[in-house]
Amino acid sequence: MSLWEYANPVKFIRTTDVVLPWVSGLAVLCLTVGLIWGFFFTPEDYRQGSTVKIIYLHVPAALMAINAWIMMLIASMIWIIRRHHVSALAARAAAPVGAVMTVIALATGALWGQPMWGTWWVWDPRLTSFLILFLFYLGYIALWSAIEDDDTAADLTSILCLVGSVFALLSRYAVNFWNQGLHQGASLSLDKEENVADVFYHPLLLSIAGFVLLFVALVFLRTQTEIRARRTRALIAREQQG
Amino acid sequence: MMPDLGKYAGAVLSSYAVSLGLIVLLVAVSILRARRTKAALDLVEKRSKRNG
Amino acid sequence: MRALLARDLRLGVRAGGGFGLGLAFFLIVTVLVPFGVGPETALLARIAPGVLWIGALLACLLSLDRILALDWEDGSLDLLATAPLPIEGVVSIKALAHWITTGLPLVLAAPLLGVLLNLAPDGYLWVLVSLAVGTPALSVIGTFGAALTIGLKRGGLLLSLLVLPLYVPTLIFGAEVARRGADGLDVATPLMLLAGISFGAMALLPFASAAVLRINLR
Repeated sequence: MSLWEYANPVKFIRTTDVVLPWVSGLAVLCLTVGLIWGFFFTPEDYRQGSTVKIIYLHVPAALMAINAWIMMLIASMIWIIRRHHVSALAARAAAPVGAVMTVIALATGALWGQPMWGTWWVWDPRLTSFLILFLFYLGYIALWSAIEDDDTAADLTSILCLVGSVFALLSRYAVNFWNQGLHQGASLSLDKEENVADVFYHPLLLSIAGFVLLFVALVFLRTQTEIRARRTRALIAREQQG
Repeated sequence: MMPDLGKYAGAVLSSYAVSLGLIVLLVAVSILRARRTKAALDLVEKRSKRNG
Repeated sequence: MRALLARDLRLGVRAGGGFGLGLAFFLIVTVLVPFGVGPETALLARIAPGVLWIGALLACLLSLDRILALDWEDGSLDLLATAPLPIEGVVSIKALAHWITTGLPLVLAAPLLGVLLNLAPDGYLWVLVSLAVGTPALSVIGTFGAALTIGLKRGGLLLSLLVLPLYVPTLIFGAEVARRGADGLDVATPLMLLAGISFGAMALLPFASAAVLRINLR
């Protein structure tokens, strides 16, 4: 029994079929409890007023936007090194989810920034690097959908993902250098002192867990879809030949 | 039941609306595509079994 | 390798190679900017370094699909791939040829266009230097993008979508050098970072481009 067994598409579909209802159920549970808790039962921040409630969407979405890219990077490397199709398809399945997360993070950030900073958008390092990350997602998705041959598409996009990661990191530091930020530091860190207060912290953790589970469930589902779509194409191609 | 959101109600509510809307949309699209491809695959597989 | 370079240069300079096209585009962009933002000299002088950089970047982008597409279409790329020359070498040469035919003229034209934008007197040198250091990176990154989109029918638009985010760090540091230079500030840090990106891209990206080309030629 090893992890690589799940590289078999049939095995992957069978396992995820079992796991999927649990993961999505837990995701819905965590999200509902976390968000309702955050929305209805947390006090207002003395400086930010009620806008502090946006944190329960903004922080998890931003976190997942980055984690989705990291997951795609790892999946791409697995594809390049071990050539498991499931891995390449999982990377493909994750990209739109990551892109949506980036949009959520940017949109909620803008909605929060309007009353707090007095502007929808500033060219702050964090904001700017998220915008750039979004562009990377767009390019990645566009390249996947532009190439017809599945294996070529998987190869090219994984190389793009590797190169893109390096440049995304570079951009992150370049942007830092270019402009000093308005954005506050990390809202979560292991250092207790820097953290947000406990009242905000617990529902936030829950909604982060909800977003992570949601992401996992969506990636499972979408990877299944990609596997099936690929098999359908292969069968149709065989029919046409024979 | 509705908490008093004060003067920032617009910002808070619209960010919840936007985010939840996007998430629901993403989930709906994913599920829809999953159903469609599954149906398509079943169709093709049945056909290929009958023929081959 | 030298023969390949000479061939690419000849093809680039010859009519239809798009040699002057990039320059003309650069000129037009810089001429259009004052129409867009107004003729105020102080404002133009302030944005001149950035405008020159963006103009050069876009002009560079315009000619990227020519790097490999023509050779792909007439099949000479397949020949090059089977030649004893490693494919990494081929893409490096292609990028170099692109830089000589597009990047270098842009670098040399930039100070002249700076006059139109009322660039500060200190800026000329640094615009020249930053573009000279930065445009090779643009060519190398562009070759990678061109290799990715080579087999696609409507690759041009996709190419810009893929390449532009990759241009961000180069643009930031390059424009920063030019801006600081124009303001008479210290340029050492961004210049070193720009050079770092440029050399790093030149050293590593040909491998990625070559891998991509091998996949596409499979």
